[in-house]
Amino acid sequence: MQYGQRATAFQIADSRLQIETGSLLNLRFKIANLKSPMQTELATKNQELKTDLRDLAQDIVRRAMAGGATAAECVVREGDEFSTLVRLGQVETLKESGSKAVGVRVFNGQRAASTYSSDFSREGLDRMLKSALELSKITSEDPFAGIPEPSQLGSLSGDLDLYSADVYSLPGEERIDYARRAEKAALEVDPRIKNSDGGSFDAATGHKIFANSHGFVGEYRRSYCSIAAVPIAQTESGAMQRDYWFSVARSLGRLDSPENVGRIAAQRTLRRLGARRVKTMQVPIVFDPMVASSILDHIFEGINGDSVYRGASFLAGKLGQKIAGDQVTVIDDGTMPGGFGTSPFDGEGIPTRRTVVIENGVLKSYLMNTYTAKKLGLQTTANAARGLAGTPGIGPGNYFLQAGRKTPEQIIFEIRDGLYVTEFLGHGANLVTGDYSRGASGLWISGGELAYPVEEITVAGNLKEMFLNISEIGSDLVFRGAMACPTIRIDGLIVGGE
Amino acid sequence: MVDKNRFFFQHYGLNEQDLERHLQAALSAGGDYADLYFEYLSSTSLMVDESMVKSASQGISAGCGVRVISGERTGYAYTDDLSPERILHAARTAALIASGPAKTPVVGFQEKPARSLYPITLPSVDAEITAKVELVMRADKAARAYDSRIKEVRASYSDELRNILVVGSDGTFAEDSQPLARMNVSCIAKTDSGTSARGSSGGGGRVALDFFFGEKTPEYFAKESARQAILQLDAREAPAGEMEVVLGPGWPGVLLHEAIGHGLEADFNRKQTSAFAGLIGKRVASDKCTIVDNGTMPWRRGSLNVDDEGQPTQNTMLIEKGILKGYLSDKLSAKLMGMSDTGNGRRESYEHIPMPRMTNTYMLAGEDDPGDIIRSVKHGVYAVNFGGGQVDITNGKFVFSASEAYMIEDGQITAPIKGATLIGNGPDVLTRVSMVGNDLKLDEGVGTCGKDGQAVPVGVGIPTIKIDRLTVGGTAKKDVGGFMQ
Repeated sequence: MQYGQRATAFQIADSRLQIETGSLLNLRFKIANLKSPMQTELATKNQELKTDLRDLAQDIVRRAMAGGATAAECVVREGDEFSTLVRLGQVETLKESGSKAVGVRVFNGQRAASTYSSDFSREGLDRMLKSALELSKITSEDPFAGIPEPSQLGSLSGDLDLYSADVYSLPGEERIDYARRAEKAALEVDPRIKNSDGGSFDAATGHKIFANSHGFVGEYRRSYCSIAAVPIAQTESGAMQRDYWFSVARSLGRLDSPENVGRIAAQRTLRRLGARRVKTMQVPIVFDPMVASSILDHIFEGINGDSVYRGASFLAGKLGQKIAGDQVTVIDDGTMPGGFGTSPFDGEGIPTRRTVVIENGVLKSYLMNTYTAKKLGLQTTANAARGLAGTPGIGPGNYFLQAGRKTPEQIIFEIRDGLYVTEFLGHGANLVTGDYSRGASGLWISGGELAYPVEEITVAGNLKEMFLNISEIGSDLVFRGAMACPTIRIDGLIVGGE
Repeated sequence: MVDKNRFFFQHYGLNEQDLERHLQAALSAGGDYADLYFEYLSSTSLMVDESMVKSASQGISAGCGVRVISGERTGYAYTDDLSPERILHAARTAALIASGPAKTPVVGFQEKPARSLYPITLPSVDAEITAKVELVMRADKAARAYDSRIKEVRASYSDELRNILVVGSDGTFAEDSQPLARMNVSCIAKTDSGTSARGSSGGGGRVALDFFFGEKTPEYFAKESARQAILQLDAREAPAGEMEVVLGPGWPGVLLHEAIGHGLEADFNRKQTSAFAGLIGKRVASDKCTIVDNGTMPWRRGSLNVDDEGQPTQNTMLIEKGILKGYLSDKLSAKLMGMSDTGNGRRESYEHIPMPRMTNTYMLAGEDDPGDIIRSVKHGVYAVNFGGGQVDITNGKFVFSASEAYMIEDGQITAPIKGATLIGNGPDVLTRVSMVGNDLKLDEGVGTCGKDGQAVPVGVGIPTIKIDRLTVGGTAKKDVGGFMQ
């Protein structure tokens, strides 16, 4: 997660970015979304919500059609953010702002193009529309391009519990105090915690409006707040370790206490001190929930319609086949009230739904938007995700691996020698071939117990076998984002070390 | 005094009196320093997939960020509305970080003479879209023509022009117009027997559109991408364990970026959270290693005339013959650490607070012949291309993933290997560099670095080097020995 983000990452924008749109700009939006994945939009009481921006979106669609488009869609987004970081008891940063932007996608028959603007003046919007219409003359005729059928459009009714104004209700000083308390609790746990990357409190609200030329218009708000702590512990020899913990919620009342967040962060950091390396060997591996969700993410990458129709995934063409261990059931559900991946409609204006992706190890459904579903001769699963510009991509709703019965302790207890992974570093997963090799750190399992910390090791295998070799699933499913996974055990991987 | 044709003065009717008034508001509750960062970004992107131009987008975003520094504290607010009222509101919000008597900004702006590292008459964002369409279509064609096993091709082109204006309460006034363009080609190769592999290539820089019609054509990137995909079809499993590793020249310089660069960013050292904290003057690499961060290279992706705080960029010595010489700083860290500002204060956009970031980071050429370096290895890995990497700057551990690598056996490059990850410890990996080639190469211009959720374009470079011992994470079981369970 991003709270570990002070570990820095470097990557070439790879094919995944191109899938999203390939533009520098979308890289910006992607990163911004990563920073607080749930802040962008979240909604409530949709029927009652009717704002000026709704009229604006509809007006832009009308003007695009009047300008010669054969179909059009408009997205308007606005958001506010607040963040504060307290380090060693002192406020280090305080940030408070908001912004909005509008994007339009137009069709000229089977040709599509899109533009966006942060300038809402008449002149700015005119220019945006004009360039979209011009651009749509130079793209290719794509027989599968188009917006959904009118009958597919709609929005979930009822309160999805996605917005709570209380995320901004705290006075400034109390917000700072949340961050300060989280850090203080971490620093007080043990004298070996001598430094800190701080405690933080963040809040954000987002408002999204979507309209298209079939007359669909919908909007929703979402809110988000979080507390995090990032303590640094040091041994007598001077070796440092850092870890983090956080709590995130749609409303202030559902946040964990700053003290709890700080204490857990401290415990996670302290247990890394004195980490050793291990010899290269093959052992069972237990993934803690935070890293296990990365395995779930790889499944998502492999079964999203875009990877599938291009054959860019080894899971393409595997519908109805066994691709994972018997106990593995994966669900995507965009309708769960209060969920971090919930919305009343997807990026194309189609009501979200619940989709069984994998049932007892058998691949039941890909996750698709309208375009990729058409390419595959299937029906959309309402997983269209979109930024302001570009072609809609595919995003998860609340996407999770169903919990098993054993506690994490029981799973660990059954292993004589093994690795409990708590952190991955790097980007070594290839969905085309399934090749998998990542840097890792965690705790060594010896005689059924967590014995000592280990680091500077790699974990390698092939995702095809890894999914099949998920042999244990924990009972500890907790949503800390749109993707959630309990503790899992995978056999057959190679740990690379000395 | 400031003159000439100012982008923001012209387009938004700003003037110096307004700017001074906003800075005054920012310092209305005290504070040591305040600045305003204006940004106007226009961009284009195109993608061809299945030989069709499936998407084309253009867009504009503009805004202003106001920062107030008071001791170690930073207040920040931004607006996407450049009217004086909204900027003033942002300034007053940012001012909440300080609590004291108002300060007065220096009267009269001073503009330092700046370099012109990317003198372009027609920025690519304003060039004909049809020429850009031609680029992606040509890339698609060339990749498919390379080998009949190339089944899927995606080629993209994107460019942007970022106009910035930075004014500070110390009289800083800096303007820049920063072009950036890039092509990318990704391929998937498939054999009749069902084996698949992917390849990816790309490049660009702060260049005009003609760069892609002359210096580096779509065919160049397409062939490289297709070559990698075809090569990977026959790759065998990578070994696991510690061994000799040779890095090829160019993009493998990402090792320096991860293992060394981030750990030398001044903010981490000021806070003593970097594994490199307190090591200035100490040996952190073998005496064959000299590493710089150079923001002044013409046309490069990581270069800037001025950083995002208005400070001219420079060529900063980081490690000289193995000895740690300096950190990369922004204004805040320079002041708090009593060091000079190296012009490395960068930010993703007006919505972000600047912090120390790299520009183009590379190791200077040594004296060894690259062929001799390969011949000196008995059993090891030759890594020539990487996907990406990551570092934990506190414990120094870094990782990067090879997308093109080979075994070296008895001094000969043999089979290609797949799925190899290299992992090590930043403060000591370079102490094991025993040979440095005479073939320094910079990367093609594809790097994007992320830190604290902010992405900025950077460059890396390295000559061929030999690392005597590094952990390779592969899956070949013959190296596993007697530990099977």
